[in-house]
Amino acid sequence: MTTAVAVSKKTLYVIGLPVVLIALWWACTANSSSYYFPSLGKIAETFGSTWLTTDRLTNDVLPSMARLAAGYALCVALGTGLGMFLGLHRRARATAEPVLEFFRAIPPPVLIPVLMIVAGIGDGMKVLVIVLGAVWPVLLNTVEGVRAVDEVLSDTSRSYGITGIARIRYLVLPGASPQIIAGMRQALSISIILMVISEMFASSSGLGFTVVQFQRGFAIPQMWSGIIVLGLLGFLLSLAFGVFERRALGWYHGLLQSQPGEK
Amino acid sequence: MRATHSEPITAFDSPGRDSETDAAQRRPVAADRGPGIRNLPDSVFGVGGVLAFAALLELLPRMGVLPRAYFPPLSEMLAALIGLLGRSSFWTALFDTVRGWGIGLAIAVAAGIIIGFLISTSAQLIRITASTIEFLRPIPSVALIPLAVLLFGTDIRSTLLLVVYASFWPILIQVLHGVQDINPVARDTTASYGFSRWAVFRYLIWPTALPYLMTGVRLSASVALVLTISAELIIGSPGLGTEIARSQSSNATADVYATVIVTGVLGIVVNILVRSIERRVLSWHASMRKDVSA
Repeated sequence: MTTAVAVSKKTLYVIGLPVVLIALWWACTANSSSYYFPSLGKIAETFGSTWLTTDRLTNDVLPSMARLAAGYALCVALGTGLGMFLGLHRRARATAEPVLEFFRAIPPPVLIPVLMIVAGIGDGMKVLVIVLGAVWPVLLNTVEGVRAVDEVLSDTSRSYGITGIARIRYLVLPGASPQIIAGMRQALSISIILMVISEMFASSSGLGFTVVQFQRGFAIPQMWSGIIVLGLLGFLLSLAFGVFERRALGWYHGLLQSQPGEK
Repeated sequence: MRATHSEPITAFDSPGRDSETDAAQRRPVAADRGPGIRNLPDSVFGVGGVLAFAALLELLPRMGVLPRAYFPPLSEMLAALIGLLGRSSFWTALFDTVRGWGIGLAIAVAAGIIIGFLISTSAQLIRITASTIEFLRPIPSVALIPLAVLLFGTDIRSTLLLVVYASFWPILIQVLHGVQDINPVARDTTASYGFSRWAVFRYLIWPTALPYLMTGVRLSASVALVLTISAELIIGSPGLGTEIARSQSSNATADVYATVIVTGVLGIVVNILVRSIERRVLSWHASMRKDVSA
């Protein structure tokens, strides 16, 4: 009985404000005659006919997701690999650091026109934009994480003769993973932004392209439904990342909780 | 990003965990200092890296390894850069970008501080708003581009809408985290000494949350720059992003690269600026708080 009350109270906290806000949006625009702010009912109607019953899902959403996935996977692999190397080799790090710092400081969207010159406007360019823009948080966090690996653990594994691949697999990678995953989270939101921008800037398919087409054609309810799709996409990916993070770092959060003094 | 940890923050900086690991890494190297290359300090390697990279950028296009039409040699990029510096349109664009960044960041910081502290006044409010914040925060701000174009056209307000939306969340989250970090003993102490609400805020809540807030400002400052330039690039509101798009469509390749270099320098200047503000504002603080990744 008490648990049921607690659960319902908790659900109320979670959905209370969103429901109120959506209801407000609905009520405020219900009789809307404003051209730019159609009623939420109309947007919901359009949402179905625009995204669910046409082939947009396969023609626009899936290519976008594929580019995002490819770019993100590459940037995580590249960032962790190179970050491991730089984190373990002091001289290499000292040599590369100023150049890397400069590249990190460049706002990634400016790379889109540059890469268009080099790689055209195909999928390759968009994947390249995502990789070049989102690799930095992963790379720099990996470097920092590898450098901060516990000294005692490091010496212990060395005296037990754990070297080479095993050392990276069982000491360096897990030790740096909290930092790496923090970098991956930043990289994910940058990747989404770059995916959308690169499609808005130059493309013939994809979510960003479609939404801008709607806006240019003054298809306002469709445009709103596109904005909602982009929002949902960002939200769902961040939710999925949260699940991944809890699984991958469960041991770490447990460790932090068991040592309350050392935060 | 924990890059700050390795550098001394203040004169009172306590030897924290990270400076210890740094020292531990330095020791063995200092011990086996022999003749030759190992004697050189890190900065020499850094300069060497930059020079090697510059040489590659100069030589690869000249030798034809990289297509010269797409990758002008570094000297041509720098010549184009000097050309840009002499043009008034460049300075106007730079000013527009910096203005959009500054105003947007200022609005986001003010809104984040006010709303963050308001929500933090009650545990109820924190619980009620948590799900909404978690839902709104990951929405990519670029999704708002079409709306911004419709409402404001290429006006600076288009840029501001995107910049404020994107840089508001890190500030808000950091303020919320910061207020939760208040020491319960200190809170009880202020209560038993009968501090007024304002005094509790001024002498307990604000100083506790300030390091977190500054981390938020640092994150938001670079996010704001990215969004300012994205908005210019896509929407065409005046600024460096528009200049890049214009040079690219008129095939002025060297100009494109020159402007990209300028945005990189701008990014570095923004970082240095925010870091120095952070150091000044937190000069009383013994050590930096652990960054909360946003």
